[in-house]
Amino acid sequence: MLHVGTVYRKEMLDTLRDRRTLIAMIVVPLLLMPVLIFGMASLSLRLLQRARLETASVMILGAEHSPTLAARIEKTAGFRVVPPAPDYADRISNKELRAAVEFPPDFEASIQRGEKPAVKIYHYAGEIKSQFAVRNLQALLRSYRDEVVAARLAARELSPEVLQPFDTREENVAPPEKVGGSFFGGFLPYIIIVLMLQGAMYPAIDLTAGEKERGTIETILASPIGRSELVLGKFLTVLTASLATATLSLGSLAGSFLLAPKAFQRRALGEMPLEMTLSAKGVAAVLLMVLPLAVMFASALLAIALLARSFKEAQSYISPLMIVVILPAVASLLPGIELDMRLAFIPILNVSLVSKEILTGNYPWNFILLIFLSSCLYAVAAVFVAIRTFQRESVLFRT
Amino acid sequence: MIETQDLTKVFHDRKRGEIRAVDGVNFRCQPGQIYGLLGANGAGKTTCLRLLATILQPTSGTARVAGFDIQDHPEQVRANVGFMATTTALYGRLTARETVEYFGRLNGLDNSRLRERIDELFTTFGIHEFAHRRCDKLSTGMKQKVSIARTLVHDPPVMIFDEPTVGLDVMTARTIVDFIRSCRERGKTIIFSTHVMVEAEKLCDIIAIIHNGRILTEGTLSQLRARYGLQDLEDIFVRVVGDTP
Repeated sequence: MLHVGTVYRKEMLDTLRDRRTLIAMIVVPLLLMPVLIFGMASLSLRLLQRARLETASVMILGAEHSPTLAARIEKTAGFRVVPPAPDYADRISNKELRAAVEFPPDFEASIQRGEKPAVKIYHYAGEIKSQFAVRNLQALLRSYRDEVVAARLAARELSPEVLQPFDTREENVAPPEKVGGSFFGGFLPYIIIVLMLQGAMYPAIDLTAGEKERGTIETILASPIGRSELVLGKFLTVLTASLATATLSLGSLAGSFLLAPKAFQRRALGEMPLEMTLSAKGVAAVLLMVLPLAVMFASALLAIALLARSFKEAQSYISPLMIVVILPAVASLLPGIELDMRLAFIPILNVSLVSKEILTGNYPWNFILLIFLSSCLYAVAAVFVAIRTFQRESVLFRT
Repeated sequence: MIETQDLTKVFHDRKRGEIRAVDGVNFRCQPGQIYGLLGANGAGKTTCLRLLATILQPTSGTARVAGFDIQDHPEQVRANVGFMATTTALYGRLTARETVEYFGRLNGLDNSRLRERIDELFTTFGIHEFAHRRCDKLSTGMKQKVSIARTLVHDPPVMIFDEPTVGLDVMTARTIVDFIRSCRERGKTIIFSTHVMVEAEKLCDIIAIIHNGRILTEGTLSQLRARYGLQDLEDIFVRVVGDTP
């Protein structure tokens, strides 16, 4: 076992000199994550703001039936009123017009008479700028309606309070930690699992199929090192890469999330709608729970990639694995899936589910122990399979 | 010293069924001698040498290399063998020095012995000037020199060469041939495979003609000439191989 360290040092040196690995392991997590998060956030905020501040072209149909409202719409800064025309529907579809409002004949007079006329608003469902126009029109109409109501009440000498016998108020009693937990609970383990797999993938292929492709496998097999030592050295390298990728990505993700709200707060929504935190204890426990998964991924990837003769072939074996791993991780996000004795033995899914519990502040100790032990068992089995694969001549010298 | 006893390797192929790549081979190579396996492609040379280097395990029979049984003590066998083939490439992202250091460490050399040995080998083969260049940036000739240094770093008593000159230009091939001769001068046991008649004629003390996994004939060049009444090794080879089904 003396040589495991020698192999590990050499493989790390080799891996760190590989530009492709470096990009996947360091550049992507440290640069891409923040750029994506900041970029996406700032872009969507800017687009949203632009849509909201846009002067919307609207058309008033039957303005003569409601001179008061028509005048108010004309005066509102956010609207540009275009002359009425019969092709308003087409123009809304073509996004030349955001919305059209139609007053029925005799609108204001019929209100005075106590009838209940209806105002129609034509819009483009799902188109955000049209929806903003609709919302502003609605607000205008609502305030007019309130005025009418207030006038009617005053005429009957009633206070406006009559219409609101009581108030309702909502208050969040869950501590910020639990709110954050249920928000991130399913999401965080999923991200970590995918990142660990991603980080292990490239070096695992490079150290197996890559060696075959470059013709170094016979060189190393002819050296006195034992096959198990060789596998363990390679395994530790892949594990290191996997954990490094996950750690760097998580750090960069956390940093971006911490900084992003501060940077956008003033320009955007004013305040974060909810206060959310994650408990350090919970995150640490989750990291511990996913550790056996990293071991399992590293050895499984080594074993699979070794079956291939070339880098490309290995990639085609491993790409479908991504889905196999993502499915159970995503399944834990489905509403209504609860941890039970059966699910506690399904690899990946069990860890995702228990991580969700841990992050919301629940510590189901019997499950935690059971899942940790079963994951360790799967991990050891995977290491064993990897070692066995390296002892198969038909795999090492596939032609 | 290499000594084989009914060394046999059987592969199973889905299409072709059972293939006896090495079939009951018996031979003995002595220290200070170059033993040549001469055979066409697919004759079983590579498999035979991989068995001796314990990269593959025999189906039946066995061999002793430098006093160790290849089945019982494969790691000691490898520690006493220098194995070089056209298929033993170098790690492209390591420098020449790192490469030789790595294999020295795997062979259990301590730091001071390793430094001494590298200095010696790098001087002999003129590697010092490109010692810190990455192997993938070296010319074919330079790579061969590094490969030789890699093979020799633990000063093994037994050398196994599997078609070491295939695909090399004249000058580089010559470096290798000279190197094999110098190994003989230092009293090493050398086994060497080739399909090039001239190379076998020039280098080998004993020539064995291998075909379909079997050694058909064996002897010094003059013994073979006398046995078949032919002068040219190629004619001898064609006669021997042509006589078997």
